[in-house]
Amino acid sequence: MEELVNLFHGFAVALQPFNIMVMILGIVLGVIIGVLPGLGGANGVAILLPLTFSMPPTSAIIMLSCIYWGALFGGAITSILFNIPGEPWSVATTFDGYPMAQQGKAGEALTAAFTSSFVGALFAVIMITLVAPLVASFALQFGPAEKFAVYFLAFCSFVGLSKEPPFKTIAAMMIGFALAAVGLDSITGQLRLTFGSTELLNGFDFLIAVIGLFGIGEILLTMEEGLSFRGGKAKIDLRVVLQTWKEMPRYWVTSLRSCIIGCWMGITPAGATPASFMSYGIAKRVSPKGENFGKGEIEGVVAPETAAHAAGTAALLPMLSLGVPGSPTAAVLLGGLLIWGLQPGPMLFVEQKEFVWGLIASMYLGNLVGLIVVLTCVPIFAAILRVPFSIIAPLILVLCAIGAYSVHSSTFDVVMMLVFGVVGYLLKKCNYPLAPLVLAIVLGDKAEEAFRQSLLGSQGSLGVFFSNTLVGTIMVLGLIALFWSLIQQGYSRLRTAAA
Amino acid sequence: MKHSVLHVALAAVAISGAGTFGATAAWEPVRPVEFIVPAGTGGGADQMARTIQGIVTKHNLMKQPMVVINKSGGAGGEGFLDVKSSANNPHKIIITLSNLFTTPLATGIPFNWKDMTPVAMLALDEFVLWVNAEKPYKSVKEFVDAVKQAPAGSIKMGGTGSKQEDQIITVAVEKATGTKFTYIPYKGGGEVAVQLVGNHVDSTVNNPIEAVAQWRGGKLRPLCVFDGKQMAYDEVIADGKGWKDIPTCKSQGLDMEYLMLRGIFMSPKATKDQVEYYIDLFKKVRATPEWQDFMKSGAFNTTFLTGADYAKWVETEEKRHETLMKEAGFLATN
Repeated sequence: MEELVNLFHGFAVALQPFNIMVMILGIVLGVIIGVLPGLGGANGVAILLPLTFSMPPTSAIIMLSCIYWGALFGGAITSILFNIPGEPWSVATTFDGYPMAQQGKAGEALTAAFTSSFVGALFAVIMITLVAPLVASFALQFGPAEKFAVYFLAFCSFVGLSKEPPFKTIAAMMIGFALAAVGLDSITGQLRLTFGSTELLNGFDFLIAVIGLFGIGEILLTMEEGLSFRGGKAKIDLRVVLQTWKEMPRYWVTSLRSCIIGCWMGITPAGATPASFMSYGIAKRVSPKGENFGKGEIEGVVAPETAAHAAGTAALLPMLSLGVPGSPTAAVLLGGLLIWGLQPGPMLFVEQKEFVWGLIASMYLGNLVGLIVVLTCVPIFAAILRVPFSIIAPLILVLCAIGAYSVHSSTFDVVMMLVFGVVGYLLKKCNYPLAPLVLAIVLGDKAEEAFRQSLLGSQGSLGVFFSNTLVGTIMVLGLIALFWSLIQQGYSRLRTAAA
Repeated sequence: MKHSVLHVALAAVAISGAGTFGATAAWEPVRPVEFIVPAGTGGGADQMARTIQGIVTKHNLMKQPMVVINKSGGAGGEGFLDVKSSANNPHKIIITLSNLFTTPLATGIPFNWKDMTPVAMLALDEFVLWVNAEKPYKSVKEFVDAVKQAPAGSIKMGGTGSKQEDQIITVAVEKATGTKFTYIPYKGGGEVAVQLVGNHVDSTVNNPIEAVAQWRGGKLRPLCVFDGKQMAYDEVIADGKGWKDIPTCKSQGLDMEYLMLRGIFMSPKATKDQVEYYIDLFKKVRATPEWQDFMKSGAFNTTFLTGADYAKWVETEEKRHETLMKEAGFLATN
C-alpha cells in the first residue's frame, strides 16, 4: 500500500509543467536517435547527458529516460520501412515488419509495433512498482553459470525453433561466433584475430554488421529486382491506427508471453536483444499462424516489440536497486546518477524516495506520451515509402554510411559496412538465414565470457551448469528447445508405432 | 583607390598577425576539444570524464565545447593509439587509468606513455579489499587464514578486466601472503561488486565508488585499503564507520600499496602554452564544489601533480608495473 502512496506522490512530481515539457522533448529526441541507425540509445544518451547537468536530478533523469523510451520506439521505424534495424533489439521486428511494409501495410505494422512496445513497457513498469525488492534479490542469484545458461537458451531456441534447415542456421551462427571472437579476449587480456591491425582492435561492431547485412544487402536485392519499391500504395490515413487496434486484442496470449519473457531477460540482465529474438522464435513455433511468420504476419511484429520494450524497461530495475546496468543505455544513465550525487544501490529506494518514484511515475507517463507522439506520426512515416526508390535508395545509403561512421568515428567501419552488405546479399541468395548470424555477433562474446568465467570458478568442471536448480532448469529448457524437432518427430513415431 | 585597398589589406594582415601572436602568448582552443576515454561508457574513467565535461559546461570554463568520446577497443589501446597519431592537434586530451601501462605491456601494441604529452594528475583512485558481509572474517588476518586453510585455488577473487590493475593487486596479495586465488575477470566494477553480494566470488579489490552502495546497504565489508595512509573522508557510511576507519593493508600485515592514476595527457608535440592552458583549466575544475563532491563520493586520493613531478611519478609507476607484471607472467610474448 505504501508503494501506491509513493507512486501517487511520484505522479505529482512527474506532472509538474517543467517535467512534462522535458518529457516531450526527451521523447522527440529519442525517436530521432532511434531512427538514425548507428547513433543508438547509449550514444544518444551519452551525448545529451551534459545538457541535463543544470537541471534538478529528477527532471534530468526523466529527460534521459524519455530519450531511452523514444529510442526504443524509434528503433522500429526504420526496421519496418527499410529493413534497417536502428537498434539491436529491432532486428527481429524486420522479419515480419518489412514484408508488411512491402505489402503496403506499413501503417498497420508501425501501429502494431508502437502499441506492443507500450504494452510491454507498461507491464514491466507495473512489475517494477509492485515487486521491485523481490525482483532485485532474484537478479542477485545470477552468476556467470546462470548467465551462460540464459544465452544458451537463446541460441538453442533459435536453432531448434526456427523453420530453416538447422544446419544452415548453425552455419550462419558459427560465422557470427567467429566474428564476435575478433578483438580483445576479455579473459586472458590478449588480442586475437586482429593480425596486427589497429582497426580490428575493437572487433566487429554489431551495428556495422547489421547496417551492412540488412540495409545495404536489401538495397542490392531491390536493385536486382529492377529498382521497384513495393511500398508505393501505402495508405496515409490515421484511421489505420484504429483498425489495427481492433485486430490487436486477438494476440493477447502472444503479448502476455512476450511481456514475461521480456521482463525476465531484462532483469537477469541479458537485455532486450535476446528477449526480442526469443519471443519471436517461440511465437513462431506455438502460434497457429506460425507458418506465415516471415511473410508479413502482424503477430510477428507484436512478439519481438513487446518483449524488447518490456526488457528495456525492466533493465532499469537492476540498475536502480543494484547499481548494475541491464543494457548499455542503462550504463550511461548510471553514470548520470552518480554525477547528480545519487548512489544507485540497495539504499536508493529508501533514501531517495522522491527521485525513485518520480522516475517510476515518469515511466508510465513517458511511455504514454511516447505512444501518442509516435502514433500521430504513423501516416507521415508510412508516406516516406511513396518516395520513388531511385530517390530514397541513395538517401538510405548515405544514412547507413553516416550511421556506420558514427559508431566509432572511423572510416574503416564504412568500408566494413559495404563488405557486410555484399556478404548479406550473397547469404540471402543462398538462403542462409541472417538472424542467427546477427544473434551470434551480439551475444557471442558475452556467452563466451560467461562460459569461461564459470569454468574458471568451477576449476574446469562442466558440472557447474547443473550445480543448482536455477541453472539446471534453464540448461534443460535450452536442450529441449535445441532438440525440439527431434523430440516432436520421435513422439509422433512412437504414436504411429503404438497404433 | 587600388592603393588604399592594398593598405587596408596590409593593415588587416598586420592586425591578424598581431592576433595570432597574442594567441600564442596565451593559447586557447579554437575548435571543440575531444576528450578521449580509453574505456567503455559507465566505468570509473568515463564517469570522471563526464563529470569534468559537466563542470566545464556548467561553469562555462571553456569557450569551445568539450566532447567526450569513448575509444575502448583493445583494452583502451584504440584510444591511446588515436592520441599518439594526433601529433600537433592540441584539441585532443585523454584521461588515463592503469591501462596506460598495462595495455601495452600485456598486448604488445606499439604504444608508450612517452608518446603523449603529460598534462596533470587529477587524483588517485583507491583500492579496498572487500568481502561479503555475511562471511565471518572481520579482519585481513582472519580472511588470509581462511584462504590458507581452503584448498588451493578454491577461493575466488573477482575483478575488472584481465591482466589489469585488479589482477595485478591479486597476484601481489598472493605473493605477500603465500596464498592462491582463482581470479575471475568481469567487464565492469559495478558488476564485480554485485557478484560479491551474490556470493559468486569470495572477495574483490573494488574501487570505493564501485562498492560504496553495497557497503551502505550492509551487503559488503571492507577489510583494508591498499594505500600508505588511511583515506581522508570521515563521514559515516555503514555500521558507524566511514572511509577513514578502514585500516591500511600494511598495518594489517598485508604489505602492498596500489593506487590508480586518474590523469590527463594530450596529443604529442604540444607546446608549453597549450599544456599550461589545460593545467589551468583543470585547476579551475578542481576548485568547483561539484568536483569536491565527486571526490568525496568516490573517496579519491586528491593528489594533484603537473610538469616534471607528474612525469616522474608516471615513470616510476611504469617501472613498477613492468616488474609486477613480469613477476606475474603477464607480459606479451611477441
